[in-house]
Amino acid sequence: MNNFIYQKVHNIAEATACCMNTPGSQYVGGGTNLIDLWKYNLIHPTSLIDLTHIDVGHDVRERDDGGLRIGAFVTNADTAYHPLIEQRYPLLSRAILAGASGQIRNMATNGGNLLQRTRCYYFYDHDLPCNKRNPGSGCPAIEGYNRMHAILGTSDDCIAVYPSDMSVALAALEAWVNVTGPNGERSIAFEQFHRLPGNTPHIENDLQAGEIITSIDLPSEGFAANYSYLKIRDRNSYAFALLSVATGLTLRDGVVTSARIALGGVAHKPWRKVDAEQFLLGKTPDEDNFRKAATILLEGARAFKHNGFKIELAHRAIVRNGLMALQPSSQLPGAQPSV
Amino acid sequence: MLINLIVNEERRTLEVMPWVSLLDALRDRLQLTGTKKGCDHGQCGACTVLCDGKRILSCLALAVMKDGSSVTTIEGIGSEGNLHPIQTAFIEHDAFQCGYCTPGQICSVIGMLEEGKANTRDEVKELMSGNLCRCGANVGIIDAIMDVKGSTTQTTKSHTTKSYE
Repeated sequence: MNNFIYQKVHNIAEATACCMNTPGSQYVGGGTNLIDLWKYNLIHPTSLIDLTHIDVGHDVRERDDGGLRIGAFVTNADTAYHPLIEQRYPLLSRAILAGASGQIRNMATNGGNLLQRTRCYYFYDHDLPCNKRNPGSGCPAIEGYNRMHAILGTSDDCIAVYPSDMSVALAALEAWVNVTGPNGERSIAFEQFHRLPGNTPHIENDLQAGEIITSIDLPSEGFAANYSYLKIRDRNSYAFALLSVATGLTLRDGVVTSARIALGGVAHKPWRKVDAEQFLLGKTPDEDNFRKAATILLEGARAFKHNGFKIELAHRAIVRNGLMALQPSSQLPGAQPSV
Repeated sequence: MLINLIVNEERRTLEVMPWVSLLDALRDRLQLTGTKKGCDHGQCGACTVLCDGKRILSCLALAVMKDGSSVTTIEGIGSEGNLHPIQTAFIEHDAFQCGYCTPGQICSVIGMLEEGKANTRDEVKELMSGNLCRCGANVGIIDAIMDVKGSTTQTTKSHTTKSYE
């Protein structure tokens, strides 16, 4: 662990100036992932710039377009339990509550959740090569023990999975990430925010130097009538997903009028495919159709030595979660990641 | 850096380096060793304290980031001869063996009950999953919490039976 300096900032201008003027500095919010990475000697910040006292991004507010704006510095707990989120975006609430623990959700911020790093055990072992930590050094996971690793969107340089539950729901909801930085403000479609590893697995998202996530926008459609978040893991609570599915449906006269399916634990980012969702349009939401949608969504899935089980698991989870979305209030026992 | 904390209702001023965790500040600087260091990585919950009324992991919090906060540790919860109801329930339900996780468990229970989201036994189990007990006293811990919440013995028994099916 290295020593670092601490800088408390109160607004965006101060924060970005600090960041740009202090080489090797990092922003910190809740710190639940960052402090841990520092303790494991995986990151070596020269300075931590504390964003938690900044004058924006601390509330959840309704937008004129019927959607919601969630502050980046609101905690995961306050977001999941916020009445507007619980009522209108229960999929997001469920996904957040499926992750971490009560204590961590009280600390972790929404912006930080999006930026959490993979829990790949090779990434966490600084004595081993890793293309994320040390670009060009190699990826021991590809030929190693890779039970938790990706089956979609992998590259020859990295097969890590992205661990956030919250982000799987945000992908399904087609959220937007609002950022501010030295070059002003911009909004990034959620789909574009996280990146596949390619040959630059150390670049995990679209943020540019000095940029800060200030808020997340949710479109008006929250799929509050038909939704489900299914998280499959080795123990029933306080564990990262082997695989997760966020499903949102709208139905009319017994057929699907819109559908969203996003997968977690299978790739370097939440995995969606519009073709799979469009296949369901106008069809009855039954096992057969969900199975066909799953086949489209999982096209190109590739197993490594220890994670082949994930492909069939994903097919079954997509079907099961689709059926559960039909009756959110009576989800099958064991399916509820959190209560 | 000079920081101010209100610890167990007492104002404390201390000089800490930026990388000192709240846990280390409490234990090493304020000699409040009731809060335990287990994994020091946010996995076990032994370091749970209440910060501005919310349960957090003091091992993942930097002391400098908590400047101005009000912190409650196990030393601020009950005292010998005047135990907090949760402490009494832990004793009655044999909710610990070695005791190392207990201060964190107690703080976590108080924080969880304040959050008001744990109504059923299953919800309590889920919302206490951030506190590990390697002695395996979990069943006693959940019993103690349900007791404090005013749950009936009947509920506890039927659930225990169910879990063996």
